[in-house]
Amino acid sequence: MLHTKLEINNLVFTYNKGASFEKKALDNVNLKIGAGEFMGLIGCTGSGKSTLIQQFNALLKPESGNVLLDGTDIHADKSRLKEVRRKVGLVFQYPEQQLFEETVAKDVAFGPKNLGLPAEEIEERVKWALDMVGLTPEMGEQSPFDLSGGQKRRAAIAGVLAMKPEVLVLDEPAAGLDPVGRDEILMKIREMHKRTGITIILVSHSMEDVARLVERIAVINGGRIVMDDIPAAVFSRAPELEQMGLSAPQAALLAQELQKRGFRLRDGLYTVEDVVAAVAQELSVNKGLNHK
Amino acid sequence: MKIIEADKVCFSYRIAGADGAEETLAPAVRELSLDIGEGEFVAVLGRNGSGKSTFAKLINALLTPSAGQLNVSGYSTAGEEHIWNIRQTAGMVFQNPDNQIVATIVEEDVAFGPENLGVPTAEIRARVDEALATVGMGDYALHSPHFLSGGQKQRVCIAGVLAMKPRIIILDEPTAMLDPIGRREVLAAVSRLNRQEGMTVLLITHYMEEAVMADRVVVMDKGAAVLQGTPGEVFLHGPLLRELGLNLPQITEIGARLAECGLPVKPGILTINEMADELCSILNSK
Ligand SMILES: Nc1ncnc2c1ncn2[C@@H]1O[C@H](COP(=O)(O)OP(=O)(O)OP(=O)(O)O)[C@@H](O)[C@H]1O
Ligand SMILES: Nc1ncnc2c1ncn2[C@@H]1O[C@H](COP(=O)(O)OP(=O)(O)OP(=O)(O)O)[C@@H](O)[C@H]1O
Ligand SMILES: [Mg+2]
Ligand SMILES: [Mg+2]
Repeated sequence: MLHTKLEINNLVFTYNKGASFEKKALDNVNLKIGAGEFMGLIGCTGSGKSTLIQQFNALLKPESGNVLLDGTDIHADKSRLKEVRRKVGLVFQYPEQQLFEETVAKDVAFGPKNLGLPAEEIEERVKWALDMVGLTPEMGEQSPFDLSGGQKRRAAIAGVLAMKPEVLVLDEPAAGLDPVGRDEILMKIREMHKRTGITIILVSHSMEDVARLVERIAVINGGRIVMDDIPAAVFSRAPELEQMGLSAPQAALLAQELQKRGFRLRDGLYTVEDVVAAVAQELSVNKGLNHK
Repeated sequence: MKIIEADKVCFSYRIAGADGAEETLAPAVRELSLDIGEGEFVAVLGRNGSGKSTFAKLINALLTPSAGQLNVSGYSTAGEEHIWNIRQTAGMVFQNPDNQIVATIVEEDVAFGPENLGVPTAEIRARVDEALATVGMGDYALHSPHFLSGGQKQRVCIAGVLAMKPRIIILDEPTAMLDPIGRREVLAAVSRLNRQEGMTVLLITHYMEEAVMADRVVVMDKGAAVLQGTPGEVFLHGPLLRELGLNLPQITEIGARLAECGLPVKPGILTINEMADELCSILNSK
């Protein structure tokens, strides 16, 4: 059994508590995330995803219930908050909120500097992080405010990667990235996950991205976790997902449609690769062909 | 009738030099030529930094070309005299909703545009209600926009532009923060405005599935339009699109890979239903 990295118990959270317009955003959430897990968190707009992940690094405080990091309540000792934020790195949904330095490189260096790392190490990390997100050293010398939307997002991701957190939380990291950039960054994050055993939580509205990356998906709806399973199981419940404003990846929907029309495909197909292989097999021409 | 005419349009940003160094010019749009007809639904694709948002701001006269000619409904965007007219004609939803929210109550935010246009009060009420309903935010009319989730804010911004009833609506990645059904709903709304009211739509997006709904797809690279055609035509060019930072809709990609496996799948199929039809006919012809 994996060591539990992050444990959320009976978490309730309300915005503007007591005001006439108070809003209960999290309603008794329970979730256990193992060390080294790569988990997806999906839910419609306003379902509570950003609110939940801001609880993970103590940016928001539970109204009741608690958040345990490595077994310890993150709010138990105020002097440890800095350590919690070092261990749990959060890339915000809107990168503009995160960029403020004169140059992109300085922005990326900000976190590592705060950790009190030696200068060479900081430089090393900045170089590595910019490369991870596909920004050139020249772009590192530009003002973050002179960047296009997608370039800003890359800079914000680099800033958090440079902290080398133990838990990496990404709120819509690929929104606004072009498809090739999205592929490159997400594949690099996957590689990093495999290599380092970092725990990753990915929030995304792209079912296709989630499908390619994660081992487990939690679905949140109206502030409650309503599904928590492997991707094949979650995506086979397409009609329920649609009820909640979500969907299954196009590939999964095609496989399900073909099943309805009499194709003998196994259940739970959801990636392009698997659907192509299964359809090719069903049409029995797959002999001697190499599937990527 | 052509509502947007771009002829060799160029634009460079001025970058202030650090520590007194000289200002430099960063070209963002280079000799872009493109005509868009009234009532057309055009999707603009292109990698990060290819100049899509800059082009949108040029159409809206927020920026003016450094060379070339850009006309919107017959008016040049270069002079001061037609700016008001142009902004009224071309409504724009920006990439980041936070930069765009002006009021502290959702319905006031949506009313801001039509108020500025001098629309009579009674009609404003009707337009605001209709616009909020169109984007599915009617229940939030009296909320504070700053307390909304990312996707909810984006819908409010779209409603704000719809309420101005512009002849052209420019949407800069309007669905980047929306859930799949929200994305579908916003696109359906835009597409309805296009078909029923003849509104010209310019949709900038990184979702290839969305471009499928357009009449025409324009691909930008390094500030110019480098590839265009109907979705069916453009998405025949898998390898070229990848070089340009893009990819194929998942369904089209599946079709291309099945064809590589030697199956007689027609290239350029865009939707689940068409693909299912095609595969069924192959299965049954065995
Ligand atoms: N600062 C805030 N003050 C008051 N209410 C808020 C605030 N932020 C969010 N909310 C409300 O809390 C609920 C959950 O919002 P949250 O931002 O967590 O949603 P989300 O799942 O991240 O949505 P999205 O996919 O649109 O980003 C929503 O109903 C939202 O309106
Ligand atoms: N305010 C600015 N000052 C200086 N340069 C800018 C500014 N805004 C954009 N640029 C540069 O101009 C080029 C085009 O940017 P633009 O925002 O038009 O790209 P885009 O196609 O919209 O990209 P994205 O998909 O990332 O939104 C990029 O190289 C970008 O770095
Ligand atoms: Mg959010
Ligand atoms: Mg842009």
